[in-house]
Amino acid sequence: EMDMSPETTWMLAVRDKRCRESFGALFDHFAPRLKGFIMRSGTTADQAEEIVQDVMLTVWRKASHFDPHRAQVSAWIYQIARNRHIDIMRKERRPVPEALKEEPNTEPDAGQILALEQETRVLKLAISRLSEDQRDLIEKAYLGELSHTEIQEQTGLPLGTVKSRIRLGLERLRHELRELR
Amino acid sequence: MTSIHHHIPDHLLLAFASGNLSHPLAAAVASHVSMCLECRAALEAHQAIGGELIEASPDTALSRDMKSSVLAQLDLPEAPVPEYRRSGIYPAPVMEALKGRQPRWKKLGAGVRQCILSHGVEGSVRLLHIPPGMAVPDHGHSGLEMTLVLQGSFSDETGHFGVGDIEIADDDLEHTPVADQGTPCICLAATEAPLRFNAFLPRLLQPIFRI
Ligand SMILES: [Zn+2]
Ligand SMILES: [Zn+2]
Repeated sequence: EMDMSPETTWMLAVRDKRCRESFGALFDHFAPRLKGFIMRSGTTADQAEEIVQDVMLTVWRKASHFDPHRAQVSAWIYQIARNRHIDIMRKERRPVPEALKEEPNTEPDAGQILALEQETRVLKLAISRLSEDQRDLIEKAYLGELSHTEIQEQTGLPLGTVKSRIRLGLERLRHELRELR
Repeated sequence: MTSIHHHIPDHLLLAFASGNLSHPLAAAVASHVSMCLECRAALEAHQAIGGELIEASPDTALSRDMKSSVLAQLDLPEAPVPEYRRSGIYPAPVMEALKGRQPRWKKLGAGVRQCILSHGVEGSVRLLHIPPGMAVPDHGHSGLEMTLVLQGSFSDETGHFGVGDIEIADDDLEHTPVADQGTPCICLAATEAPLRFNAFLPRLLQPIFRI
């Protein structure tokens, strides 16, 4: 039995067993945080709740797209939330990359999942160490409030923290694609 | 997949992840990421940061009946959303823009053909079909332009671009992409705003062909 985070365990139960109790646990964990995150961009409480509802329903409906080898639940939810936010505001469908779907019945690879969780702890620590200004800036960037020219001009943006994460992600993708072929 | 040399810079991947690229540029980025493991990994890293920012956000109280309302909707049938797959040289986001059909080419002159996928105030997305040795008319840009090679290759003042490579040109670049010898070059070209053509004739034709 491997030592996965509760969020990953709940998400896999939702994906593989359509477990409502686990979905309820995911909802209790993410919905209030996600509402807070969305409201940081000046979105009203009502609009934020509309987006959160939509995101959580998407988590249930698109659960088969969740791949614990490639993404933490929070990263997957971030991606859904940004797309749904813009779809709802602009009444359009954002272009998204082709899905790399995990083969059905793939046994979870504990080593890969745990490496990802380890990496996420490093990221968490890096974020907790940001100054208030940096934190504010990085939140603005990830909420889509900085244009791409503004992002480029922001030397204070600690993008360096993503580099090792990128290397790990690449190894994982190569490994995964080899197995699919 | 390993022979891609021209990638999407990090700040544009972040802009894509956060949803802050215009629709045409987002289509080009989504298409490149569909073909490129390196940029996919980098994009996933940005999504991981976004996820951690959600984790680090303070809990904000929800309306009392919100959870029960979501739970009550779990079993409702959902409106079917078509999912598009790669077809031949066209990755899924291009197939989505084509609504699942093969491109219908229109002549643009000098053997060059195009198929407009979208065109609006934010800019345009089109496929270009350029015979070997032919050039896309000399032009400058008033915004960002992304050109992703789907078949064949082209070269311009800045370098050589093969399948999967993406060229990102901004206001400063005036260039003349020329298709290399061999197979015709097919690329996806996304622009934020209309191109400015230098030659007199193409500028006149611009409104007609909606380049
Ligand atoms: Zn790339
Ligand atoms: Zn150009």
